Amino acid sequence: MKPPPFTYHAPRDLPAALRTLAEVGGKVLAGGQSLIPMLNMRLAAPGHVVDINRVAGLDGIEVSRAGVTVGALARHADVERAGAHPLLTWALKLVAHPAIRNRGTVVGSLVHADPAAELPAVLAVLGGHVRVARWDCGRVTFREIPAAEFFVGPMESAVGPGELAVSAFFPALEEGSGAAFHEVSRRHGDYALAGACAVVGVAGARVACIGVGGGPVVIDVGGDLSSAAARVRDAVDPDDDIHASAAYRRHLVGVLAERALRDAAREGAAARGA
Amino acid sequence: MTTKLFGAPVQRREDPRLLTGQGRYLDDLGRDALAAAFVRSPHAHARVRDIDVSGALDVEGLVAIYTWEDLPERVGRALPLLIPHPALTHGRTAYPLARDVVRHVGEPVVMVVAADRYAAEDACALIEVDYEPLKPVVGIEEAVQGAQLVHEDVPGNVGAHLVQEVAAADGRGAREAIETSPHTLAFRLDIERSASMPLEGRGVYARWDGRDLRVYSSTQTSTSVRMAVAAALGLPLPQVEVIAPDVGGGFGVKIVHPWPEEVLVPWAAMTLGREVKWTEDRREHFVSSAHERGQVQYVRVGFDDDGRVLGLDVTILHDHGAYTPYGIIVPIVTSTQLLGPYKPGAYRVEFTAVYTNTVQVTPYRGAGRPQGVFCMERTMDKIARYLGKDRTEVRAANFIRPDEFPYDQGMTFQDGRPLIYDSGNYPEMLRMIKELIGWDTFERRPGLGIGIGCYVEGTGVGPYEGGHVQITSDGRVHVSTGLTSQGQGHETAFAQIAATELGVPIERVSVVTGDTRRFGYAVGTFASRAAVVSGNAIALACRKVREKALRIAADALEADPGDLDIADGIVHVVGAPSAAVPLSTVAVLANPLRYAFDEETAKATQFATAAAPDRPPVAEGEEPGLEGRDYYSPIRSTFAAGMHAAIVETDPDTAEIKVLRYAVVHDCGRLINPMIVEGQIHGGVAQGIGGALYERMVYDQHGQLVNASFMDFLMPYATEIPRVETGHLETPSPLNPLGIKGAGEAGVIPVSAVIASAVEDAEGIEINRMPISPSELFELRMG
Repeated sequence: MKPPPFTYHAPRDLPAALRTLAEVGGKVLAGGQSLIPMLNMRLAAPGHVVDINRVAGLDGIEVSRAGVTVGALARHADVERAGAHPLLTWALKLVAHPAIRNRGTVVGSLVHADPAAELPAVLAVLGGHVRVARWDCGRVTFREIPAAEFFVGPMESAVGPGELAVSAFFPALEEGSGAAFHEVSRRHGDYALAGACAVVGVAGARVACIGVGGGPVVIDVGGDLSSAAARVRDAVDPDDDIHASAAYRRHLVGVLAERALRDAAREGAAARGA
Repeated sequence: MTTKLFGAPVQRREDPRLLTGQGRYLDDLGRDALAAAFVRSPHAHARVRDIDVSGALDVEGLVAIYTWEDLPERVGRALPLLIPHPALTHGRTAYPLARDVVRHVGEPVVMVVAADRYAAEDACALIEVDYEPLKPVVGIEEAVQGAQLVHEDVPGNVGAHLVQEVAAADGRGAREAIETSPHTLAFRLDIERSASMPLEGRGVYARWDGRDLRVYSSTQTSTSVRMAVAAALGLPLPQVEVIAPDVGGGFGVKIVHPWPEEVLVPWAAMTLGREVKWTEDRREHFVSSAHERGQVQYVRVGFDDDGRVLGLDVTILHDHGAYTPYGIIVPIVTSTQLLGPYKPGAYRVEFTAVYTNTVQVTPYRGAGRPQGVFCMERTMDKIARYLGKDRTEVRAANFIRPDEFPYDQGMTFQDGRPLIYDSGNYPEMLRMIKELIGWDTFERRPGLGIGIGCYVEGTGVGPYEGGHVQITSDGRVHVSTGLTSQGQGHETAFAQIAATELGVPIERVSVVTGDTRRFGYAVGTFASRAAVVSGNAIALACRKVREKALRIAADALEADPGDLDIADGIVHVVGAPSAAVPLSTVAVLANPLRYAFDEETAKATQFATAAAPDRPPVAEGEEPGLEGRDYYSPIRSTFAAGMHAAIVETDPDTAEIKVLRYAVVHDCGRLINPMIVEGQIHGGVAQGIGGALYERMVYDQHGQLVNASFMDFLMPYATEIPRVETGHLETPSPLNPLGIKGAGEAGVIPVSAVIASAVEDAEGIEINRMPISPSELFELRMG
């Protein structure tokens, strides 16, 4: 389990990182919790690895009334400790184990786009976006990709060749709304067999499901929570794998969506003093 | 301080070293050695047509590439079949490197030696092997059909077939007894594959100095590796030494030997005149070491109104993987240990061991017992369910009574000796486990279930182990035994035995295991045998040393040896503590010297003592030095026992299964160290919960192991393991001087049976297949 040969780049600032990516392509190394195992198992053999850990200014966690902006080098553990967003904090406790959370990054998890990962669902249910930079004709340019367009398919995000995701924005919960995240994994900290996070506000409810499609599956539940489980089961398209059958996953995600909606509604009601 | 350490919960002396990164494991050795890596078959079954290494020749750091063709005749021979058996009519073993046909994914085909592992793996990736794929045989059913063959010359894929039958007291066979029983049941049971999965994989490091070969291996048997390596390389035994350094777990997989790498790495070191090391990585371990457990069992049982078994007929299909290097020990153990603490009237057991194009099957902690216990305990539960009786009542009706020991089950055990239980008290054990778990006060409700499982484990199999004990002139006690350690706590337990026998503080005792330079005769560490066999050998060696020490001290003190005792390392006259001589002085006196090297040893030089002029300094029949060696060879195995119970909760919506409580009552005879025994039980239960709820080897139809990583092969974390509540019962073994029985495998054996029992209780659905996942429980609920 040793990686094949690659050229290693360790740029010090964003323009240098983007120039390198523009010139050589290559894989971006941030927390390395997915890339390094893939390299070691020779499942990936990039000619170049661009390590952004020395790039200044990417590790920020900025909180405003509008929401939380998480920089590309902010670790799961740092974001969890910052406690800046209740749903994000809840989800991060479900991400793997402390050792992985100490290294892994929030933005890295979004770009990795594992259909069973928690953070893409959080971004999706909140309607957040990812900010992406590239080197274009001698200068740095940015674009913002909304969550709805970011998760293209299993393990595939909308970040293009030569682009670097520099931050993700998680909108704050609207006043008087509540959120919750429930999942079932085989072992504590594993990728979920299925999961659901929900936001319930005055205007309605949304749920995003994981492990049951090519990416987070977002369902607008509206005001009627009683039929939510059935609607969620209709909307998802899970697969069989060695850990669970598709039928079980479909059943399970309904149960979890119902639980998440119930808890989110309770929190929302508490926030409204109802 | 007292020197009565036998039975005390002494803290493990190896832990500070092992827990703070001071352990010296295989990969910590040989920093400058060349690295070996292997091209392994990506096919489950294929003919090797051609190997083209040309693409790899330019890799920087490449030293050598070897295929089977490059091996000398002796090195290239098929690996030995370690345990032949008359019923193993078609035993087959692999070649160190594939000779012609590969029979499972992961079989080694090419060996690469390079400056480091990176370069070696780069070269491996550039070697092109041309395979002609053959149709693989995957799974027991496909093997039994026999349409495709794993080995061309093994018809029906049947490696072994064995029937054992024990008639009832009235002479009737099991089938007849079942026919005439008031009640009968018939059912099928399935257990899936798992594997030992030690924290440290296998590994070999070899040094050749032009005359002598030294091999370090992460093995459970250094003495046997030594003999195998010497034989394969054609070296005289005294020129080969094998050392097991700190070993990060074995659980059975490392008792198999010689592994291909154990022959190839030393051979490469000799051929190249360079140190060579190979450290197995996890992916290699999944596909190129060994698995266990996979069985299908067809059961028929006849019983009376009390649930007493009158006849039991079990047919086992055992998946042996591609090869049988360890013989048919696993299905033999299943067949015999299935009986547990019961006397089933008439018993017939038949097993067929079949080849499949999967990783070979060799013993993994429990070694066939978990399957046998699953079979018997499911049977007990089904009888209780059928009769509407309490499950513990049915078990009690079938127990061997305490006054029936020694109890002859009428079969032949895995050591080739009669299956005679030496001692036990099963009714008392049942009483204890029921009390511990609260069986009679358990309040049943939907989604909450209680389960129980009982087992008997033959431990401490022969043929023998030895111990050497030396007291040096500094008063230190040096103990060595030939079998190896994989973290069990031998350094502590053996030191407790020596300290107790010799009357010395434990701090003065050091223990060396698994180093053929220190002790050349041994069998190995498996079958819960180290404490029983080496422990007793060490005790016997200590008794020899003690006797000699008392004899010499008696001379010095002008006392009768019978009046002497040893405490705190000082020999003294009982009742006259001032008449005393320390063991350090006794050690000096035991070794007459010409030359002193310190004040203490000066006492043993020729002008220091008033020696008897008409006697030689070393008396006839004596040897210099205060040391002794002895061996213990058990007449047959000693039978430990245990009963486990668990309370589980199942989620009505998600079908998650949670173990709320887990209780164990355990009898391994006299306890050397209850803390170590409990640790063994905790670890075993954790592995058992892995086997019951999480672990399986998933092969697809092409024979690819699709979950060959810790991402997808789910070993439980600490978060999945409940606190294990433990009770001890001590029924000493009458077979050995210390009265002890083995404990190493105990924890794992009944867990699948216990969890199945509890889930069945919670759900009201029959559980006939383990492991069970939430998804599978959901499917069972759906019908």
